[in-house]
Amino acid sequence: MTVLQEPRTESHARRYGAGFLVKLALMAVVDAFGVYVLWAAWVAESWIILGAMLAMLVVVNWVYFSRRAVPLKYVVPGLVFLFTFQIFTIGYTGWVAFTNYGDGHNSTKEDAVTALLAQNERRVEGSPALPLTVVSDGDELGFVVVQPDGTTAAGDAEQPLEPVEATVADGTVTAVDGWEVLDRQQIIARQGEVTDLRVPVSDDPNNGSVRTQDARTGYVYLPTLVYDDGADTMTDTVTGTVYTPNDDGQFEAADGSTLDVGWRVFVGLDNFTTAFSDSRYAGPFFQIVAWTFVFAFASVATTFLLGMFLATVFNSPIRGRKIYRTLLILPYAIPGFVAPLLWSGLLNRSFGFVNQVLLGGAAVPWLTDPWLAKLSIIGVNLWLGFPYMFLICTGALQSLPSDVLEAAKIDGAGRLRTWSSVTMPLLLVSTTPLLISSFAFNFNNFALVYMLTGGGPRFEDASVPLGHTDILITMVYSVAGLDGTAPKNFGLASALSIVIFVIIATISAIAFKRTRSLEEIN
Amino acid sequence: MTTTSIAPAPPTAPTSPPRRRSTGRWFAENGWRHLVGVVFVVYAVFPIVYILSASLSEGGTLTGSNQLFDTISTANYAGLADTAFWSWVVNSVQVAVATAVGTVLMGAAAAYAFSRFRFTGRRAGLTTLLIIQMFPQMLAFVAIFLLLISLGEVVPALGLNSKVALICVYLGGALGVNTFLMYGFFNTIPRELDEAAKIDGATHAQTYWTIILRLVTPILAVVALLSIIATFGEFVIARVLLQSESNWTLAVGLYSWVSSLLEANWGLFAAGAVISTVPILALFLFLQKYIVGGLTAGSVKG
Repeated sequence: MTVLQEPRTESHARRYGAGFLVKLALMAVVDAFGVYVLWAAWVAESWIILGAMLAMLVVVNWVYFSRRAVPLKYVVPGLVFLFTFQIFTIGYTGWVAFTNYGDGHNSTKEDAVTALLAQNERRVEGSPALPLTVVSDGDELGFVVVQPDGTTAAGDAEQPLEPVEATVADGTVTAVDGWEVLDRQQIIARQGEVTDLRVPVSDDPNNGSVRTQDARTGYVYLPTLVYDDGADTMTDTVTGTVYTPNDDGQFEAADGSTLDVGWRVFVGLDNFTTAFSDSRYAGPFFQIVAWTFVFAFASVATTFLLGMFLATVFNSPIRGRKIYRTLLILPYAIPGFVAPLLWSGLLNRSFGFVNQVLLGGAAVPWLTDPWLAKLSIIGVNLWLGFPYMFLICTGALQSLPSDVLEAAKIDGAGRLRTWSSVTMPLLLVSTTPLLISSFAFNFNNFALVYMLTGGGPRFEDASVPLGHTDILITMVYSVAGLDGTAPKNFGLASALSIVIFVIIATISAIAFKRTRSLEEIN
Repeated sequence: MTTTSIAPAPPTAPTSPPRRRSTGRWFAENGWRHLVGVVFVVYAVFPIVYILSASLSEGGTLTGSNQLFDTISTANYAGLADTAFWSWVVNSVQVAVATAVGTVLMGAAAAYAFSRFRFTGRRAGLTTLLIIQMFPQMLAFVAIFLLLISLGEVVPALGLNSKVALICVYLGGALGVNTFLMYGFFNTIPRELDEAAKIDGATHAQTYWTIILRLVTPILAVVALLSIIATFGEFVIARVLLQSESNWTLAVGLYSWVSSLLEANWGLFAAGAVISTVPILALFLFLQKYIVGGLTAGSVKG
């Protein structure tokens, strides 16, 4: 381990030992990956990713090849992940909360224009029929057409038509460089894809695309909308309506009608206003906030009381104490996702064990009645959570100073008095930080609620998919529309996340003051 | 310690303790504790017994599982082979192990730096970590989802529906959650050891890899374990990110069985639940002492 060596003045990292070679090899891998990402970001024109990656590469290389940044050598790997996947995402949540990101507002204005033009294409009357051959490039389908002037051109959904060398027989293409011609069988197998495919005529979306219905003849489809770059307007060529961009990130006509694809814009505090005062959201929102607090508080209170009771009971030496303790903490060792699922079966209204066996065939709606569902959630959480409290209370009881207890005894305090005036306060002092973090954890106990009741039963009056047992974090999930039951609304979901952040921050600030954990840092 | 600790005479029996205590007396003293113990052990253990029985029942329906140990058959376990269950097991193990290894490596290195070096920004860094610790990563799952959409357009391996991306996301939480736990433990290792090594000519890297890391093995084991348990049970991020069935983890997969057609899949779910519980339960029971120590040092089940 400690090889005796002459102390040297130069840095040891400069010696070309095994450690240096390992570092060099690792850095080579990291840099290779970094360069690959840079190139890919360049191709995909993702300038933010390109910039971020470049900055990271520079920092990482400087840290590991400089002699000055020794502490950073140890912190940087963790920091890279921390910044990308935690700090950045928190910041990004803040940004999205002030936009209307979501269904209908998914991307930039440029993308919205392209999508609008592509979606509103019609076959042009009297346009020439182009002899067409369906080809494929591995997975991607493409078209090869013979144009009116006799030249051939190929392209696919991404790549606009480009002139290619092809063998033409009987007016249609039979072989083409770089593509494989599909036979009839293959075309029938992928019929849907073929009729859905649109191959842009050129890079300019105003020029339309080639489409086919029968896989033999293609027609040029032109957008019925025309985008005027200079005036920044959309004009419908059929009706002549002119649409201009509005503040909500949509094209709007004079009569107030809008085109269905919009883009992301800043909407200021609109999302927060929606949560707090919109008729569809505000009612459920306040109910959910209240229930979230009740749930988190009740969870901590019930689990702590039961855990403390059991810890006190088993704090005196009785036979089999170890076995009792081991069996009592078993629920804690069950993976977090098994327990709620298991209980959702036990509490099932028609077939569950609780109703069928314990209650002799009653049909108690444990998970479908608003109040019983809330009770069930707290009950299941009690089963899940009391072992943890039992563990920490046992630990705290064992480390109570015995002289205080003796003093109480000498002063003539009875068992109950000792417990309420000495044991309990001391126990609370040592467990309060854990109770606060337990509160914060339950405040966001997504898996329990989502798996046990899915937030249900639904609010009857709400048009949004929210229910009586939803807590804030499951509301975020539903509003975000990630499971497909509601339209996606990332903006509002992020705004709700921010509300949770603020609540947690307040709780944490109180926790900080209480525990003065900061003092431990020296 | 003072030597004045009074003789530990039983406080309840100051006058001539009887040889045989009456049953009532025994009950008041200790017996009721056994009663409480038995009642709550039944409460704690019953659901576990139930799921074991359901996994062994022949029918595989929810109703059929209500007669405990009525029939014993391994049909449900055999039935798992026809589903994607085992690939979920593999996914879960891959993700949990990779995350645990990464978490331990990065967390230990950061704890070493904070514990052994004095540099500008150290205090601020520790405070920031303490604050970040308060905000669980899952709060930002919408932003994580959107971030991975953008990343996936550049590097498909880091996009949605990729286990590598999921591991990276979990590693994002590695520093915030575990550095403090390790930092405290690193501080208990005497600095004289480092100094001796330095005088002997060891570089900081040699000191770290060959001396410190060996002395802090217990906390590394605890962190690895807590990380495995947390990752194994993590649901919301995995559910949001992993989209195709073959990439799901156990948490996502088993949820899908129960949420759709509860009645029909119950036997399969029970068998799957038992299989996914056994390794965690075993780890937990064997390493109970360490986990309890780690918990009381300030972490919560996450």
